[in-house]
Amino acid sequence: MSVSRPLVELHPADEAFNRGERVVFNLYVISALVILVLMMLLGLTMRLAQSTWLGVPLGVFYQLLTAHGAGMVGTIGLASSAVMWFFLRKYVRLSLSIFAANYVLFMLGAMAILAAVFIGGYAGAWTFLYPLPVRSMSVWSTNAAALFMCGYLLIGVGFLLFYLDAMRAIIRVYGNLGRALGLRWLFGGEIDKTHSKTVVASTMVAITNSIGVLAGAVVLAMCLVNIYVPSMELNALLVKNLTYLFGHMFINASIYMGVIAVYELLPRYSGRPYPVSRAFLWSWSASLVMVLIVYPHHLLMDYAMPFWMLVMGQIISYTAGLPVFTVTVYGALTNVYKSGMRWSMPSKLLMLSMFGWAAGIVPAIIDGTIGVNKLMHNTQWVPGHFHFYLLLGVLPMVLALLYHVIGQRVPRHAGHQVTFPLFVVGGLIFVFSFLAGGSISTPRRFAEHLPQWLAYDQSGAIGAALVIAAMLLFSTQLITGLMRSKARVGPAHAAG
Amino acid sequence: MITQHVVWVLTLAGIGIVALTFVYVLANSGKTADAAVTTHKAYSIRRWWFIALIVFGVAVTYLTLTPFPIGHQGALATNAQMVDAVGRQWSWQLSRNEVRAGTPVQFNVSSVDVNHGFAIYGPDDLIVTQTQAMPGFTNRLLHTFTRPGTYRVMCLEYCGLAHHAMVAQFEVVPADNGGQP
Repeated sequence: MSVSRPLVELHPADEAFNRGERVVFNLYVISALVILVLMMLLGLTMRLAQSTWLGVPLGVFYQLLTAHGAGMVGTIGLASSAVMWFFLRKYVRLSLSIFAANYVLFMLGAMAILAAVFIGGYAGAWTFLYPLPVRSMSVWSTNAAALFMCGYLLIGVGFLLFYLDAMRAIIRVYGNLGRALGLRWLFGGEIDKTHSKTVVASTMVAITNSIGVLAGAVVLAMCLVNIYVPSMELNALLVKNLTYLFGHMFINASIYMGVIAVYELLPRYSGRPYPVSRAFLWSWSASLVMVLIVYPHHLLMDYAMPFWMLVMGQIISYTAGLPVFTVTVYGALTNVYKSGMRWSMPSKLLMLSMFGWAAGIVPAIIDGTIGVNKLMHNTQWVPGHFHFYLLLGVLPMVLALLYHVIGQRVPRHAGHQVTFPLFVVGGLIFVFSFLAGGSISTPRRFAEHLPQWLAYDQSGAIGAALVIAAMLLFSTQLITGLMRSKARVGPAHAAG
Repeated sequence: MITQHVVWVLTLAGIGIVALTFVYVLANSGKTADAAVTTHKAYSIRRWWFIALIVFGVAVTYLTLTPFPIGHQGALATNAQMVDAVGRQWSWQLSRNEVRAGTPVQFNVSSVDVNHGFAIYGPDDLIVTQTQAMPGFTNRLLHTFTRPGTYRVMCLEYCGLAHHAMVAQFEVVPADNGGQP
């Protein structure tokens, strides 16, 4: 019997930073950690207000709702793009300038959004569903709505640049995007086992989220024209379709970028090979198509939608779970089973991320059933399932990479041993409170709640407080470790 | 049987199965075995797991889409009680405030300003059905009430400052012939 041994060293030389890379990577992830904690505090404030444990004016509540949604979606996208960049630069020559430009544009966009919300009073939710931004009943000005949308556009331009650069770099090495996806091995032929999973996932994300971001840019441009030329009215259903294509794609891209950390790091901690397979290539190719056409499951209650799109929304919601359950999570569990796993913070977070993703998909898939959606749509069931796979799925993917990067430079403190269990327990209390609230028809996005809904609001607030405590401990350790890390001199990999 | 309760139990069961699978694998992660043997065995099981999911998914799809849970949008329901529901920031206007149990009700739902969510809450404060109210479109929501009582309409699509206060009420009265249509 052969005993598992490490396949590669934990910290290969081609992942080391030069000075510029270290600065930009740290800017990304430290900013992301700080913003995530701040956004969590906004979320906690809302749960406290719903619990009646804290008095928050109505206008402020919906401003917090808007800032929290936009801030969380954008920041988890920023953090997971750092994951993709960190690993992809080993295989193709990415432009550090464009990666930095994405960061600058993100920050400019974030400032515009914050100004629109907290100075302009914009509270039209992160989904900016037409025509709410221009019909606020004088609560906010149209200029505030336009500033919010311009902030989105700046962020979208940054991400588009990043993806275009990734596709350019991938094509330069692999010839075309189809070869990078491994399409030639779908129906036969001997698969090159050294073909990088990172390249496959990055190619898929670059293609799909470029389309998603472009859909967002189109709908934002349409809405901006409508703001200043109100006579040019828009088709509300068309706008809704484009908005959810963009929103669904963007948040899913975060998962697909984050999971690269699992593919790259898990075999190093398990000591088991985790090579590319035909099932893997099929799952990513199928996901490429499905992630673009599944968004109608957000519009199942829009009966004016074409019949076939509603049916497709349900069916693709089901099938989109297959690659997760049968390839990525199943593969990760197989990789770990009887491997003599080295348990440390990165490996624990990686496995948590797999659990959060797989478990969170269960209520999401069930809600994708039209008959169920008639009872659960826009209740707290929805934040229940998306917080499950974002808080306990994607965020641990990012944290795993950061703990891996800082390696042994983890400053110890009294609470070191409790941080991980605190995060898990707090996270589970938090997401199950949402799901339980949804099961009794508690609406989402309500500033004031009925007495029968308060118990789950209060347990949710307690869960959120525990998560924030854990995140403060995580962030302190990580930021200290990242600041202590050193850059090596001279490039050792393909990154430009 | 209350559907929300079924959904809740199914969800807990599904998450429980996922959790138990993880616990089993993690409990065995410290042991060592030949990687090739473990992988070969696991991937053999995966083939059947994949087929099982496909079969299960096809069956659930057929059962949940037959009959299609959304009423036909192109034609008026015959013998239905008609209710026009119009949403505006921040109130609902219903063309009638009383309907009979046992006979289908067709709600013609629209909006004069922004997107709203037309969700009907039963006497037990659980949602019985819903649709969206969208400017420029009319969604036809068909529902047969079985339980008399006071029902509430709440807005479930965020529509601005008083979104949570956008509530209307109507009565479902017993059918003339004891609840039969």
